[in-house]
Amino acid sequence: MIEHVLVGVALFVGLGGGFLIARSRLRRKSEAATVHRILLPFTGTEISRRALDAALRLARAEGATLMPAYLAAVPKDLPLECAIPAEAAKAMSILEAIEQRAAAQEVAVDSRIERGRTYRHALERLLGDEDFDRVVVSATATGRKGISGDDLVWLLEKAPAEVLILRPAPEDHTVLSARSNGRPTSVAVG
Amino acid sequence: MAAVAARQQEARDGPGGRGRYKVFLGMAAGVGKTYRMLQEGHAEAAAGRDVVIGYLEPHDRPETSAQARGLELVPRRSVAIRGGAEVAEMDLPGLLERAPEVALIDELAHTNPPGLEHEKRFEDIAEVIAAGIDVFSTVNVQHLESLNDQVAELTGVRVRETVPDSVLAGADEVVLIDLTPEALIGRLRAGKVYPGENVEAALNNFFKIENLAALREVSLRQVAEEVESKRLVLGEVETVGTRSAEERVASEVPKAVGERLLALVRPQASSQRLVRRAWRSAQRLGTDLDVLWVKPPGLLIEGEVERQVTALRQLVSVLGASFLIEEHDDVVAAVARVARERGSTYIMVGESKPPRTPWARLREPLPQRLMRATPGGVDVRIVAHRGAKKEEEK
Repeated sequence: MIEHVLVGVALFVGLGGGFLIARSRLRRKSEAATVHRILLPFTGTEISRRALDAALRLARAEGATLMPAYLAAVPKDLPLECAIPAEAAKAMSILEAIEQRAAAQEVAVDSRIERGRTYRHALERLLGDEDFDRVVVSATATGRKGISGDDLVWLLEKAPAEVLILRPAPEDHTVLSARSNGRPTSVAVG
Repeated sequence: MAAVAARQQEARDGPGGRGRYKVFLGMAAGVGKTYRMLQEGHAEAAAGRDVVIGYLEPHDRPETSAQARGLELVPRRSVAIRGGAEVAEMDLPGLLERAPEVALIDELAHTNPPGLEHEKRFEDIAEVIAAGIDVFSTVNVQHLESLNDQVAELTGVRVRETVPDSVLAGADEVVLIDLTPEALIGRLRAGKVYPGENVEAALNNFFKIENLAALREVSLRQVAEEVESKRLVLGEVETVGTRSAEERVASEVPKAVGERLLALVRPQASSQRLVRRAWRSAQRLGTDLDVLWVKPPGLLIEGEVERQVTALRQLVSVLGASFLIEEHDDVVAAVARVARERGSTYIMVGESKPPRTPWARLREPLPQRLMRATPGGVDVRIVAHRGAKKEEEK
């Protein structure tokens, strides 16, 4: 009799445990499938602090992964897939600074460096290779080097995601910048 | 490998009738390659050898022209080009007929006009060497095929005339003519490189200090790699059992000090940072980076794994590093094998997740296991995982 009870208890514990493990795996799988990504494209050696903060706020609120992407324009006389160490060095400092801020806010980051013949081409390649739920880009870059107004219009038409273009504002002079000469990265206002 | 085979052949068969080949390599025009080549030509002549100038490009530099005096010059031949014009080119048949012991041939990367024996001068030189004549020649580093893109990116200037790297690899000696960027600019300002009216334009374009510093670094590294590869070649020759005294000396001196980094990654977002940190360290050490993922057998590269592998491949390509995927169920054994094969001196790993099971807690941490499994002298460095908490929660 006692043996039957023990076998029953063991079966119950075994089946129950198996069910719980399977449920937790399923939940984890479904959570992984719904992970959001927020793309934050930028060029040059600085990024609008306002755009970064907005992207971080959104990512934190939605439990999304922030994907800062440095867009590099490869000159036409070089192969598109060539190594671009000088550009990469520029990108690294700013990516490091972004990751530092994201870590402080407990936002997951998955960075990229994307090559293209132009910034728009790099963006196009990125959109083709990756999935995003949102793209955050600052309109302050327009008129300066980097992503132009035309590129933003193109992005609105082509991006298979919600595009958030931040309106120019007085605080747009605040940028996150980083030195790339081997010194530690720093957050600067300027 | 062709060069290795050729050398092994030579070690077996003896020098035969082939001439020796010496290349004077420089970072830019004006460092003094041609001048040094002529100096060495004089030294050979003083030692009693029959030396001629096969081709000289003095670029209107009086010092170079003065240095050429006293050496026999094989006259150039006139070659008609399109439009009826004529250019003076090296007379290859004339040089072969003259058959000196040593020929000085400037401008290795030169392209011949159509109708001559060969399209490129390095092919002319190969024929001269094959005829048993020693050749001294000159070239700038940006003409080397494998460095052409890199130099174009560094300086914004691309040269059209290139030579395969095998030409340099096949040389018996490569002499680097080194000059500091400041000294070269000084020579330029003094009118020793280009005529006065061209100096300002040169200073504003190619001859910037940052360009020259980058080119100097590329040249120094190129020659260091040549030295290293020649040591390896000698090592291979040794196994054939035909060691000369020179080869024995080369094999008995300590191995060249060279660093090589190996970054151990997994297909996850945090590996991007690990690769970037490893690349920065490689840049500081002036060395190459290999990025390795030890793939568990049977794991399918699909979904998120595929996405991360593609992203890693892209990053590695942007950085000019090498991406290796090894399928193995034992990470430590796979890393140790790759480290041995690639000659890695540093292994960089990401921070491990905290152990979840008692068994995992009892296990020796990965860095220690790597240290024990890899050849002596290999350092293991752990790169902190920024934002680890967040990623693990997911």
